[in-house]
Amino acid sequence: MNKLPLTVAVSGLNNTDNPGPGIPFIRAAKESGRFELKIIGLAYENLEPGIYMRGMTDAVYKMPYPSEGKVAFLDRIRYINDKENIDVLIPNLDAELHTVMISEKELGELGIKTFLPTLKQFEERHKSELEKFGEKYGIKVPRSFPVSSVSDINRIPKDFDFPLMVKGKFYDAHIAYNKEQVISHFNKISAQWGVPVIVQEFIKGTEVNVIALGDGEGNTIGAVPMRKQYITDKGKAWGGITISDQNMIDLTRNLIAAVKWRGGMEMELIKTINGEYYLIEINPRLPAWLYLAVGAGQNLPEAMLLMALGEKVPPYTSYDIGKMFVRYSYDMMVDLDDFQKISMNGEI
Amino acid sequence: MELKKNLAISDTGFVFDANSGESYSLNPIGLEILNYLKQGLKDDEIREKIMEKYDVDASTFDLVYFDFIRTLQQFDLFEKS
Amino acid sequence: MKLPFERPLIKKINAGMPSKFGLKPTIKPIEKVDGIVVGDLLEKYGSPLFVISEQTIRETYREAKQAFETRYPKVQFAWSYKTNYMNAVCKIFHQEGSWAEVVSGMEYDKALHNGVKGSQIIFNGPSKSREDLVKAIENDSLIHIDHFDELFLILEIAQSSDKKPKVAIRVNMDTGIYPKWDRFGFNYENGEAWEALNRIMLSEKLELVGLHTHIGTYIMTAEAYRIAAAKLADLAYNVERKFKHNIRYIDLGGGFASKNTLKGAYHTGIDTTPTFEEYAEAISGALISSNLNPEKLPVLILETGRALIDDAGYILGTVIANKRLSDGRRSLIVDVGVNMLFTSFWYEHEIYPAKGETQFTEETTIYGPLCMNIDVLRAAIDFPVLKSGDNFVIKRVGAYNMTQWMQFIHNRPAIVLIDEKGESHLIREHETLETIMHHERLPEHLSNI
Repeated sequence: MNKLPLTVAVSGLNNTDNPGPGIPFIRAAKESGRFELKIIGLAYENLEPGIYMRGMTDAVYKMPYPSEGKVAFLDRIRYINDKENIDVLIPNLDAELHTVMISEKELGELGIKTFLPTLKQFEERHKSELEKFGEKYGIKVPRSFPVSSVSDINRIPKDFDFPLMVKGKFYDAHIAYNKEQVISHFNKISAQWGVPVIVQEFIKGTEVNVIALGDGEGNTIGAVPMRKQYITDKGKAWGGITISDQNMIDLTRNLIAAVKWRGGMEMELIKTINGEYYLIEINPRLPAWLYLAVGAGQNLPEAMLLMALGEKVPPYTSYDIGKMFVRYSYDMMVDLDDFQKISMNGEI
Repeated sequence: MELKKNLAISDTGFVFDANSGESYSLNPIGLEILNYLKQGLKDDEIREKIMEKYDVDASTFDLVYFDFIRTLQQFDLFEKS
Repeated sequence: MKLPFERPLIKKINAGMPSKFGLKPTIKPIEKVDGIVVGDLLEKYGSPLFVISEQTIRETYREAKQAFETRYPKVQFAWSYKTNYMNAVCKIFHQEGSWAEVVSGMEYDKALHNGVKGSQIIFNGPSKSREDLVKAIENDSLIHIDHFDELFLILEIAQSSDKKPKVAIRVNMDTGIYPKWDRFGFNYENGEAWEALNRIMLSEKLELVGLHTHIGTYIMTAEAYRIAAAKLADLAYNVERKFKHNIRYIDLGGGFASKNTLKGAYHTGIDTTPTFEEYAEAISGALISSNLNPEKLPVLILETGRALIDDAGYILGTVIANKRLSDGRRSLIVDVGVNMLFTSFWYEHEIYPAKGETQFTEETTIYGPLCMNIDVLRAAIDFPVLKSGDNFVIKRVGAYNMTQWMQFIHNRPAIVLIDEKGESHLIREHETLETIMHHERLPEHLSNI
């Protein structure tokens, strides 16, 4: 089979102890064998490890932060596109998704394709909206309360019992055992990610996750449930294993069908002792552990790229159960010259 | 005042302080002045050179030049005398 | 020919944070306002200076009007005086067809002074005196009742008046947004609003003309308005059924966000603020799909202020000094302070140099000229290095500043309007010592020192 030449711009090269999905996405795309790939890395910070990982990217460009707005984002994308001619853009960070979604028309005019949820899907699954979302689609969710200032913390309903989860709009989640901890987490999270900060009831049980891909017409192209085996102090999986849980698969399929979800997603669920599932969060993109799904037989990045190009992709119907991953860290030697290039010129 | 000896200044305006491990970036005039300082030029000589090349009067130059020097001091880029 | 001089700069490259070097400049200068060079305006009228663009006001108004009129048959705007009650500004809105929406006796008199017909003045707010109400009833104005005490006062005045007061009630409700405003008007969910409507209808002394709500301020989701419109339509339908009385208008108030970025927001206002179309779609969609008789649909009144005027206002100013703080951070002292730019307490205002495009910026704190620690326009902004005497422009300051400003330490600046032909007109003079002392009186025994 002839390989399809394809230039893909990928962000989320922050392969740190709190990794972005960029590097695993690139790894999966390269292993697909369907494409003749040119990978353009998009980085925000000078020390994102992906910038320096040989063989991963063909070029790397620094991007203005999403908080700079759509105009700055598009200016930079135009500059990069002039040099690299991007076919598909894969944003991997929650904070940039909104900016990319509202730029879809302009990106289309540049010939750049994306495969993302609609703005409506994106908005209604926001942490601050999750309760309404659960109600609408018949899924149990823990009660939550949006906090926009320290004085709001006093208004948290009395029947919210400690411990509580305190979560940022895009990232960060901390457990709080008393009001002082809520205040301290609020201050830290709001300083970085803005408001509202979400205070959520804590549900006791086992954390299980599903990675999934919807085609935008209600079909689930792939879905793999995983249980985290080891969680870092940042709440990230350090080890995980695919599990056989038809309830989770059904939940995912029903949700994707009801919402007509388009693009990658990760559902974070808590399974209680009584076997009930609570939806904690929907991340509107493939998660950093996406390579586990590839290892278990579902190359979702490949399917996503093909769908971005307008191809119809048959759904994956099975995956290997008991497939396991363990993450590791590695000290890579970096040439000071590369650091100089990315920090001075904003590109390598 | 003398610039630290192990300061690596590249043509792009990238500066690496081998002593502290910090890196810095300069704009073109900042780079030019830092190079003059490295060559050991005195304040008066630097002023003269810059005024020859750029459209700036002595008092404006002094104002921003000494602010620049103060920043270099803040970053600890001079040898301790 | 010598080369242009630029200030020498050195910045630490932080491992985490990218330096903006190498990326294209994100700050471009604003050299002119509606065709007039910033420096020329400041030279003619003094610095600082508020500038209002008549063209932007009219364009924004027409855009909003069109968004609603293409979706709903009967639409009426009422200019929210408190947002900006410079007479010149009010008159532009009145020329465009806006009624007046006022919240005090002073604003009411200002609207009359501006030539607005009494019957086209909406009188809102929690504080209307007996005299205010008598006057409003006499002029056939639309009185939006805030609480039961006001309702009883109007009923009492109506006893001895030959006019039948035209009233609406303000309703507060849960629209799914936070914070929920419940201090103004009668509550929908607990039945208070329905009770007030019954009292008005049963009294037969008042003419119930409308229903009003104002769900909050800076509402970033248009959906909240859909809920509000549906709840008001529901009340109107109940009145129609029980009393065979058609409500003439439904007033959705204001609260539309402008494109300013709120402090604490991650994305810019430009990227996240709903458009007039989105607000219009939500509101008209709810009204049209309600139970209301399609033959007798009420007029939709909108009192949006901020979203109509914010973009039309600029403040131009001058750099007083550059200063390094003790930790090496750069700061800039400018002649625009929080006393005239009240909105800097909740916006990350966009500030631009008036000339010179450069990619070399530094993180800067911008302070106003007041000898007060709170006088900070921007705590941290990536800003080009300006020198004393350089000019700058702050965008989107048309709403609330020219009404909430206070005379403190410095005199308040002049306000200029640039008309559609690009001519500037002074619409409020720069204050002087005389302005401040005009109302002062000195007891005789203090005349000598």
